[in-house]
Amino acid sequence: MPKTAEIKTLQNTGSKTKTLISPAIATLVPVIGFALAIHVYSNELLLTYMAIYVALAQGVNIMYGFTGYLPFGYFGFFGVGAYVSGLAMLNYNLPPVVAVIVGGLGGALVGAILSPLFRLRGAYFAIGTLAASEAIYTIVANPSLQSITNGPYGLNLANYYSSGMAYGSAIALVAISIIAVSYVRGSRFGLTLKAIRDDPYSASMAGVNVPRQRFYAWLISAAIAGMAGSIFGWATSVFYPQAVFDSSLSVLAIVFALFGGVGSVWGPTIGAVLLYSVYNAIGISNPEYFQLIYGLVIVLLVLFAPRGLLGFWNFFAQKIRRKRVTND
Amino acid sequence: MLFEYAIVGGILLGIFYALLSVGLNVVFGAQKIINLAHGDVIMLGGYAAWELYQTYKISPIISTIIVVPITVVIGYLLNRLIAPRLGKSSDPEMLSLILFFGLSQVIEALSTLVFGNAERSLPINSIPTAPLKLFGESYPADWWVSALVAIPLLAIFLLFLYRSSVGLQVRAVISDSVEAAVAGINARRISGLYFGVGFALAACAGVWGVFIFGGVSPTEGPAITVTAFAIIVFGSLGNPIGTLVAGIIFGIFYQLAQVYVPSWSNLVPYALVIATMLTRPQGLFGRRQRVA
Repeated sequence: MPKTAEIKTLQNTGSKTKTLISPAIATLVPVIGFALAIHVYSNELLLTYMAIYVALAQGVNIMYGFTGYLPFGYFGFFGVGAYVSGLAMLNYNLPPVVAVIVGGLGGALVGAILSPLFRLRGAYFAIGTLAASEAIYTIVANPSLQSITNGPYGLNLANYYSSGMAYGSAIALVAISIIAVSYVRGSRFGLTLKAIRDDPYSASMAGVNVPRQRFYAWLISAAIAGMAGSIFGWATSVFYPQAVFDSSLSVLAIVFALFGGVGSVWGPTIGAVLLYSVYNAIGISNPEYFQLIYGLVIVLLVLFAPRGLLGFWNFFAQKIRRKRVTND
Repeated sequence: MLFEYAIVGGILLGIFYALLSVGLNVVFGAQKIINLAHGDVIMLGGYAAWELYQTYKISPIISTIIVVPITVVIGYLLNRLIAPRLGKSSDPEMLSLILFFGLSQVIEALSTLVFGNAERSLPINSIPTAPLKLFGESYPADWWVSALVAIPLLAIFLLFLYRSSVGLQVRAVISDSVEAAVAGINARRISGLYFGVGFALAACAGVWGVFIFGGVSPTEGPAITVTAFAIIVFGSLGNPIGTLVAGIIFGIFYQLAQVYVPSWSNLVPYALVIATMLTRPQGLFGRRQRVA
C-alpha cells in the first residue's frame, strides 16, 4: 500500500530545520498553554489531571498509532506507577520528583514483564492486556497483601503534597510525551514501527527486528503511563486502588487519542484538551451524559472518521491545496 | 466435604457460565466481530427480567423465553447496520472491538439514565426456592434452577446449529461466506440472524445473572465481558461446544478458588485468559492455530 504521507516525510527529512521546528511548536504550545492556564483558571488539580490525560493520550498514540497494538489495559501501568512512586515516598522517603521517575521505571518494568503478550495480535492483545491489568489490580488491592500495599485501603501521600511541584511535573511529562511522539514520528525508529504496523512480514524481510522495535515502543509507552500515574497519586495525595487501577483511565486515554487522530503529534493533545474540558463541564455532575457522548463519539468515529479530527483537517487541507494547484 | 461442594457447585454454576459466554462466541462466529458490549446485553436481559417481574409478575423462567425473539431482531438489525461498513475497512476485527466498546458505553450510559445507579435484585421466591441437597451439602435454589433452564436452552441452540437446515447454512457461512453465497445462501441475512442468536443467548443468561450475581446494575457489563471472553478463549474461539466444556471447567475452578482461597478467586478469569493465550492460543478444542 503506497502511503503518500509517509513518502513525503521521507523526502522531508532532507531539510533539517523543518523537521525540528514543527515538533518544537507541537511541544511548546501545549507547555506554554498549561503554564499560562493556571493564571486564568485557578483549579490546579483539574489542570494537572488534564495534563496527565494529554500524556496518557500520547502514550496510547505511541502504542496504537505507530504499532497498531491497542493497549486496553493501559491503566495497569498507571496504577503500578502510582503505587511504586507512592511506596517509594512512604518507605524510602524519596523526594517526589525522584519517586515519579522511579514510578515510570516501575511502569516500564511491568511492561517488560508483560511483553510475552506480544505473541497475541490485534484484539487478542487488547483483551490480554486488559486481563493482565485487572490481575495486577486484584493482586495489589488484595487484603492478603495489606502489609505491603495496604490492600484495599490505598495510600496516603498527604505529607508529600506540594501543589506547584506536582503541576510543574505534569507539564514536564506533557513535554516529554510529545517529544517522544515527535521523535518516534520523525525518526527511522518510527518508520520501522509503521512498517511493522502495516505489514510485519515484509518489515522483517527488510531487516527490521520486529519484536525488538515493538518492545521499545511498548517500554516508552509504559514508562509514560507509570510517570502519569505517579503524578496523579502525588497530586491527589490520598487514593484507593480502584482509583488508579480504573479501566476508564485507559478508556478515556484511547478515546481522546482516537478523537484527535492517532499517528499524529497534535491529534491526541487536541483530543485530550477538548474532550477533557467537555468532561469537566458536564462529566462530573452528570457522568452518564458524558459517557453517552463519548460512546457515541467512538461509534461515529469508527463508522465515519477512523482518522479522527486531524483526519478531517488533512482531508480539507488536501482539497484546498489541490484547488490551488488547479487554479495555478 | 468442601471439595465435593466445590465440584458440584462448580458444575451447576459452570452450566450458567457456559450460557453466559456462548453468545459471545456466536457473535464472533460469522464475521469475526468481538462484541465488547456482550456484558451489557446480559445486563439488559437482567433489567428485562426485573421489569417483567415487577410490572407484570412474569416468572423469570417465562422471561427467558420472552427476551429471545426481541433480542434476535435487535441483533439482526444492528448487524445489518454495521456489518457493511466494518467489512470495507482494512482491519475489521480491531475496528469492531472499538466500535462495540463505544456501543457498550452508550448502553451503560442509557441504562444509568433509565434505571439509575442502584443495584436491583429480584426476590428469591420469584423462582422455585427449595435448595438442592446432594452428598450431604445443600446448594442455593438459583444455582440449580438456572442450570436447569440453561441445559434445554443450550440443547436447543446446538440442535439449531447442527441439525436444522438454517444451522447448516450458518455453518456454511462461517466456514466460507463467499462459497456459501455461491451455493445460493444469503450470507448476509444468515450471519445477521446468527448474530441475533448470540444476542438472544446473552439476554437469556442475563435473566439468571440477576440471581447468580445477586442483582443487576448498569456498570456490571465490562467485568462480565472479560469473564465470558476468558471462557471462550479457553474453549476455542468459534467452537460453541468448546465453550460449553470450558464454562463448566471455569465454574469448577472458580468454586474451588472460592472455597479454598476466597480473596484470590477474582483472579481466576484473568489468570485463565492470560495462561490460555500464552500457552495454547487456539484453546482447548481448537484444531487450527487461530490467534498468534
